[in-house]
Amino acid sequence: MPTISVDKEALFEALGRDYTTEEFDELCFEFGIELDEDTTNSDRPIVNGKQEPPQLKIEIPANRYDLLCFEGIALMLNIFLGRQPLPNYKLVEPANGELQTIIVKEDTMKIRPLVSGAILRNIKFDQARYESFIALQDKLHQNLARQRTLVSIGTHDLDTIQGPFTYEALPPKDIKFVPLNQTKEMNGEELMAFYEKDKHLGKYLHIIRDSPVYPVIYDSKRTVCSLPPIINGDHSKITLDTKNVFIEITALDKTKVEIVNRIIVSMFSQYTSEPFTIEPVKVISDHNNETRVVPDIAPRTTQAEVSYLNQCCGLELSPEEICTLLKKMAYDAKPSTASKDLIDVFIPPTRADVLHQADIMEDVAIAYGFNNLPRSFPSKSGTIAQPLPINKLTDIVRMEAAMAGWSEVLPLILCSHDENFAWLNRKDDGNTAVKLANPKTTEFQVVRTSLLPGLLKTIRENKHHAVPMKVFEVSDVAFKDLSLERKSRNERHFAAAWYGKTSGFEVVHGLLDRVMAMLKSAFITGEEGLENPAMADSQYWIEELDEPTYFPGHAASVHVRIAGKEHVIGAFGILHPTVLENYELKYPVSTLEINVEAFL
Amino acid sequence: MATDMTSPILDALSASDASILSSEAFPSTPSLNVKAALDRLASRQMVEYETFDKEVAVLTPEGEEIASNGSHEAKVFQAVLAAMDGLKIAELPGVVGKENAKIGQGNAFKKGWIKKDKDLLRATTDTIVDETRELLLTVKNTQTLNDQKALTDLKRRKLVALQKVISFKISKGPKFAREFVKEETDLTAEMLMNGSWKTAQLKPYNFKAKGAPTPAGAFHPLNKVRQEFRNIFFEMGFEEMPTNRFVETGFWNFDALFVPQQHPARDLQDTFYIADPVKADPPREDPENDPHRPKSIQPASNATQEKPLDYKQYWEDVRQVHENGKYGSIGYRYPWDADEALRLVLRTHTTSVSTYVLHKLAANPRPARYFSIDRVFRNEAVDATHLAEFHQIEGVIADFGLTLGGLIGFMEVFFAKMGIHQLRFKPAYNPYTEPSMEIFGYHAGLGKWVEIGNSGMFRPEMLEPMGIPKGMQVYGWGLSLERPTMIKYGVSNIRELLGHKVDLGFIESNPAVRLEKD
Repeated sequence: MPTISVDKEALFEALGRDYTTEEFDELCFEFGIELDEDTTNSDRPIVNGKQEPPQLKIEIPANRYDLLCFEGIALMLNIFLGRQPLPNYKLVEPANGELQTIIVKEDTMKIRPLVSGAILRNIKFDQARYESFIALQDKLHQNLARQRTLVSIGTHDLDTIQGPFTYEALPPKDIKFVPLNQTKEMNGEELMAFYEKDKHLGKYLHIIRDSPVYPVIYDSKRTVCSLPPIINGDHSKITLDTKNVFIEITALDKTKVEIVNRIIVSMFSQYTSEPFTIEPVKVISDHNNETRVVPDIAPRTTQAEVSYLNQCCGLELSPEEICTLLKKMAYDAKPSTASKDLIDVFIPPTRADVLHQADIMEDVAIAYGFNNLPRSFPSKSGTIAQPLPINKLTDIVRMEAAMAGWSEVLPLILCSHDENFAWLNRKDDGNTAVKLANPKTTEFQVVRTSLLPGLLKTIRENKHHAVPMKVFEVSDVAFKDLSLERKSRNERHFAAAWYGKTSGFEVVHGLLDRVMAMLKSAFITGEEGLENPAMADSQYWIEELDEPTYFPGHAASVHVRIAGKEHVIGAFGILHPTVLENYELKYPVSTLEINVEAFL
Repeated sequence: MATDMTSPILDALSASDASILSSEAFPSTPSLNVKAALDRLASRQMVEYETFDKEVAVLTPEGEEIASNGSHEAKVFQAVLAAMDGLKIAELPGVVGKENAKIGQGNAFKKGWIKKDKDLLRATTDTIVDETRELLLTVKNTQTLNDQKALTDLKRRKLVALQKVISFKISKGPKFAREFVKEETDLTAEMLMNGSWKTAQLKPYNFKAKGAPTPAGAFHPLNKVRQEFRNIFFEMGFEEMPTNRFVETGFWNFDALFVPQQHPARDLQDTFYIADPVKADPPREDPENDPHRPKSIQPASNATQEKPLDYKQYWEDVRQVHENGKYGSIGYRYPWDADEALRLVLRTHTTSVSTYVLHKLAANPRPARYFSIDRVFRNEAVDATHLAEFHQIEGVIADFGLTLGGLIGFMEVFFAKMGIHQLRFKPAYNPYTEPSMEIFGYHAGLGKWVEIGNSGMFRPEMLEPMGIPKGMQVYGWGLSLERPTMIKYGVSNIRELLGHKVDLGFIESNPAVRLEKD
C-alpha cells in the first residue's frame, strides 16, 4: 500500500479545522485510510536550511489512485465530511475551437502503441503545488503504471513548444535532444549509456533499451518533448512560472492510460484560473482505431439495486437515504425513475476503483460507518464440523510420537538443493523435486521431498541442548507429478531423528513399531512370528536397505500390506557419517521417515 | 563411603553429662563426616549443635623433628659433651650432620653451653634446658601457647603454623536416644511385604526442592496455537479444507480470485514462481482416485440437483470478467493472458484452496462453513517479522442473505473465543473482497488497537464465474497464525517460532495454550 506524506498544517487548513492526532486517526479509520505517522514530535529533517514542517504520513488503499496526492486526500475528506460537493469537472475547448492534436505514427505499435493527453490552462503553481504535481506522477508511475512499464507521464510547459505533436517510434540513434536538467545533447543510445548507473532512472531503461525503435514525442518544430517512459526533454520543462501545462501519457494498457489522465487532470484542474476546467486534446491514431478526444471526464453512469445494497449491509434505507450516503463518497446519485429498486449512480472520473455495484455497496457501508452497522449473528443454517481426513490421521501420529517422548519441530518447507539431495547422499533424477524460479537466497531452491533436512538442521541449531535429542515432524513434502493439473502433489510424511552418543537405531525402530501398533498394523517379520495379525487392519515388515544415505548394514525399508496391497512407505537407519559431516553433526543420528497416506 | 559417625556421637553424649566438643571427642575425624552425622541426628531432634571456627597451632615437619629429637643446638651440645676430651670443630658436621652443625654451633655458643679451645669444642656444663623443644612440645599437646611472643617467634622460624578447624559443640536434643534407627529413603514393595513399614523411619521429604524431571515429549508451540484455532472452528461448525497442495496455478491463486494479472502481488518480488515443472494444465476435474478429493458432508436440500462443473466455462468466464467485464462488473479491461494463468506458483495464500472448494460448492450451492490453517509462501526478504513461509488461518462462510453486520457479529464471537472482546472494523482494499474490513482488536497489555485480521465478502466477480448464485454471499477472513502467537507470548522474532532455528528448550518448556485465558 502506498504511503503519502502531506503537510499537516496545510491539510487541516483545507479541512477547515485543527485535529488532534487521535481525532485525525479516527477520521482516517472511518474513511478507510490509515494514519501511519504524525511527525509533529519526531526529529524532522532540515531541508534547505529549514526544518521540514510537521507531516502526516497516510497509507492509501492500493486501488484509490485519487488519494495519491494532497489535493485528492483533502478533496475526498472534505466531501466525506460534507464540507464540499463533488466538483463539476468541465472540458473547455480553446476559444478558436481548434484542439491541440497528437498524431500517432504506426511504428509506435512496435514498442508502446497508446497515447493520451490533456492541457491545463492558466494554472497557478506555487512550491507546494509544484512538488505535489511531480509527486503524484511519481506515485502513479510506481503503482498503477507498474514502474512505468504500463503507463508513463510527461508534463510540459506548453508555451515553450508548439502543436500539433507527433508520437513516433524511431531508431535510438535518430533521436537527439537534451534530457531534463542536462546541458548536453545526446542520442537515444548515448542516453541509455548516460543513465545506466542512475539511481532513479536506471531501473526504467530496460523497458525500451533493446527495442530497435524508441518511442518519442515531438512538437511541430521537431523539438523532443519526451522519450517515454524514460525522460522528458529539458526544453519544455515546467517551472513554478509555467502557465499552461501540456500532459502526454503513453502506454501499453488502454484502460490505465485513461485512468491516469483522469486522475491527473481532476486533481490539478482546481488550480486553473477557472477551477476544474480541462482543455481536451485530440489524438489521431487511425491505424489502431484510437482516434479520439481525451480525456473523458464525464461521470460513468450505472445503476445499483436498493435491495442488494440494503441486504448486503443489513440495512433498510430508502433510496433517498442511500443517495445521501453516496454523496459522502463522491458519487452523484438519485432514485431511478425506471424502478423503485434502482438508483442511478454517477461515478466521478476520480473513482476508477468502482467496477460493480458491490463497490457502491461498500461505499454505502463506509458512509454509514462500518462500526455503526446493526450487528447480528449469521446462524440461519446449520453446518457440520469435520476435520480433513489426512489431518486427523496426522494428529494421531503426532500424538503417539509426543506421548512416546519425542519433541515436535516445525522447520521450513523450502530448502536448498544440496540439503535435499547431495547432503543426504541422494541424487537428483530431475523428476522428483519442485524447483523455484526466483528465490532470493539459496536457502529456498526446492520444495523439500523429505522431512530429513529440516530435522537435521533443527538438531544442528540446537547443539547446546542435552543429548539424546529426539525430534519429529508430521508434515507435507511435495513431488513433481506431470499427470496432474498442477504438475505436482503433496505427500504427508512422518519423520523422526535421534541424536546422541550412541546410534539410537533401535530407538527409532521402536518408535516405528509403536506408531505402527497404534495404526493397527501388525509386525510380521522375524522369529517372533505373526503378531496377532487377526486384530490388525494391516501388516508391516522391514527389509535390509542399501542406500548411501545410511550406514551400511544399518538401514531398513518399511513395507506395509493394506487390504491386500503392498506399499513401501519409507525407511529408517543410522545416517552415514558423511551425511553427518554435511550437516555439521558430531554424534550419531538415526532417522525414520514414512509416508502416512497409505493409512488414510 | 565415609564412616558413619552417628553411633560414636550418641555414645560420647550418653557418656557425658554435659555437651561435648567434637574437636576433643573426635580430633582425628574430618569435620565434614561429623557434620553429616549431626545433620541426620538433628533432623530427628536427637541432638542439637553449634558450630565453631577455631584457629589452632600445629607443628611443621621441622617443628615435629625438633619436638622429637631436640633442637639443633641441643644436638651439638650433646655431641660435644659426649666427646670426653673435646670435639674437633672440623669433625662436628660429621657427627651431627651439616645442617645441625651450621645452625646449632652458633646457638650453643650464644647460650654459653660450649666454648672454643684451640681447634676443639668443649662443654661448659653437664646439663642444659632445651627451651625450643619444650615450647614445641607444649604446642603439640595444647595446640597453642600462652606466650604469644614465643608463638610468633616459632611461627617466624617456620616451626609452627596456624590452621583453621571447625568444631561442633554437641548436646542432647529433646528426642535423644542411645540408638539411631536407620532411615528409609522410600516406601518400598519389600517394606509392604515384610511389614517393616510399621516401624520404619522414613527420611523426611525435602519440600523445598523440585521433583525428579519427568521425561516428556512435546508439541510445537505454534501447532498448539493452531490446535486452539482448529477447535474454535470445529466448535462453530466448520469443515476443514484440503490445503495439502503447495503448488498452485496462477489461475487458482490469482485469476479466479479476480486479482488482475498486473497486480503487484504477482511480481517476482512477492511470489515464488516454479521453474520445474514448467507449466500447468487449465483447470479440470480431479482424478477419480485422488485420495484427497474433497467429499463435503454439508447437508444438501436436494442432492439430485448436483450439476456437473464445467471447467472450460469457468476458465472462459474468468477471462471475460477480467477482460471485458461480466455479471454487472465492468472488469479490469485488459487483455487477459492464458499463459500467465498457467504459470505455476507456490501458493501465496490458502484462499486459492478456498476458491477451489467454493467452486466445488457451486455444483450444488448450499450453506457451508469451511476453514484451513496451513503454510503459505511469499518471496519476501527475511527479517524479524517476515519469513518466506508462514501459516494462514482462513475461514469461509457461504449462505444466502448474509449481511456485513452478520460478518461483524460473527467476528465478535470468533475472537471472543480467544479472549479478544473489543473489536472495530476499518474499510480496506483487497482485490477479491468487497466490502473489505480490517479487524482491529484492543490489546489491554499493549494499551492499543492492534490489527488482528482481514475480512470481507467475496466479490461477485470471483463467485459468479464459479456458478455461485447471486443471492448467495460468502464471507472470507484470514489472519496469520504467527502474528497473534507472537503478540500473545511476547515473541519478538518470528525465527524463534518457526523454522529450524527454534530452540528445542522453548518447545519442550512452552506451557499449554489456552487462547481464551492467556
